[in-house]
Amino acid sequence: MEKLTGRSKVVSNKKLSFWESIYLPAIIGGMFITIKHFFRKKVTINVPEQTRKRSDVYRGMHVLKRDDEGRERCTACGLCALSCPAEAITMVAAERKPGEEHLYREEKYATIYEINMLRCIFCGDCEEACPKEAIFLTDRLVESEYKRKTFIYGKDLLVEPLEKDKRIDVSKRQTPEVLEFKKNKKLTHNK
Amino acid sequence: MEFATILFKTILLFVIFVITLLVAMYATWAERKVAAFIQDRRGPNRAGPMGLLQPLADGLKMFMKEEIIPMTANRVLFIMGPSIAMTTACLTGAIIPWGGNLTINNKIYSLQITDLNIGILYIFAMVSIGVYGIMIGGWASNNKYSLLGAIRAASQMISYELAMGLSIITLVLTTGTLSLSEIVDQQQGWHWNIFYHPLGFIIFLICAFAECNRSPFDLPECETELIGGYHTEYSSMKLGFYLFAEYINMFISAAVISTLYFGGYHMPFIHHLDLSPNVMTLIGSAFFFLKIFFFIFLFMWVRWTLPRFRFDQLMNLGWKRLLPLGIINMFITALIILLNEYL
Repeated sequence: MEKLTGRSKVVSNKKLSFWESIYLPAIIGGMFITIKHFFRKKVTINVPEQTRKRSDVYRGMHVLKRDDEGRERCTACGLCALSCPAEAITMVAAERKPGEEHLYREEKYATIYEINMLRCIFCGDCEEACPKEAIFLTDRLVESEYKRKTFIYGKDLLVEPLEKDKRIDVSKRQTPEVLEFKKNKKLTHNK
Repeated sequence: MEFATILFKTILLFVIFVITLLVAMYATWAERKVAAFIQDRRGPNRAGPMGLLQPLADGLKMFMKEEIIPMTANRVLFIMGPSIAMTTACLTGAIIPWGGNLTINNKIYSLQITDLNIGILYIFAMVSIGVYGIMIGGWASNNKYSLLGAIRAASQMISYELAMGLSIITLVLTTGTLSLSEIVDQQQGWHWNIFYHPLGFIIFLICAFAECNRSPFDLPECETELIGGYHTEYSSMKLGFYLFAEYINMFISAAVISTLYFGGYHMPFIHHLDLSPNVMTLIGSAFFFLKIFFFIFLFMWVRWTLPRFRFDQLMNLGWKRLLPLGIINMFITALIILLNEYL
């Protein structure tokens, strides 16, 4: 049979010799191994003071992006909710009224947009499904809460702030591959 | 005895007691640090600088916890168990020579609380009574798991005391005395007993590990197969006493090992330094504590290296390996002494 690793050993039930049964040589060998670790560099990260650097494409809490003029990009098409395998996203669509052109980018928008963070598996399918570049996963973490219902995040938590300097940077997620993928009109959700 | 001597001994007694408790307290901290370092972690580092206040926090926690005595337990014995463990652990420090002689007002005081001429036997007696602490604790809990843990502890201690005694007999053969202060005095300079009794030392060391219930011989306590061993039913400071007694035992056995085999407070080359006797005594004591700390570290080092023995392996090692080895060692030593006399 093929071995899975190069470190596997054949187990034998042979009787231990006298020196083996006194265990001392093996013990001293083991003690050398542990003392080497004693002086090794520690791998611990002191969490409140230090933070582990997350990957550029880490899939954390979602953001609903605004465009350059501060209008919400989301058109409540429902593709994200459709693509969501955990069915965490729900939304209610509404029509834009005259005078709201500075708030919403297109005629349709989401009055309610909710993600249940307990259901979300952070797979990133919503991000890929979105034809309007409106929803992205970010490197932010979902905060811990005391009650289940507070984990349902509405627009107040998801939509990024109006101020330009407080916007959430997702440029690293829009890799050339992703942009290319979004241009592919053969795929139904890009049409 | 004069008043000055009594005063000095009383102060010494108090100081040794406090030092014993302090060392045991910080041994818990050191244990966690050593464990962490060996596992590439950092260990306690939040309470105070380097986590030095951690033992205080642990102690406070122990005191604040709810104290439970099971309804079916024998109340008197239940309280007696940890008390015996703690008392016997503290008593052993009395006969260990912690240093040479101090000269105050032209009077010579020895840094040993009491110089018993049967020092080693006294240690053995105290260690044997220590088993009662565990056994009574396990029995009084009225819990099968505790009882099993206690029985394991008792059988282990009895088995290993024999081999330990044999290794001590070889030492007594060559030194010709049971008094600890005389044994130390014979080891001035480099005449450490370890060079004359290497095999005896190894046997003694292994048995000391077993007597202290330290890993790999920590059979009395086991989280998986016996829930917690003999102290399953104990809570708050009673449990704390058991754990604390273990650390005191570790400190004392480290001291005994350094006294018997590593020259105690004698420091090689110290006579070339040309110091006043009092300073020399203090440096010697400091050196003695260095040796003790090394052995405490060795205890921890081994603990985080080796897995726990199985019960039959433990018994095999004790009865079939260490005991014959001890007897052979004793015979060889006796033979060499005889040959030396006749040749």
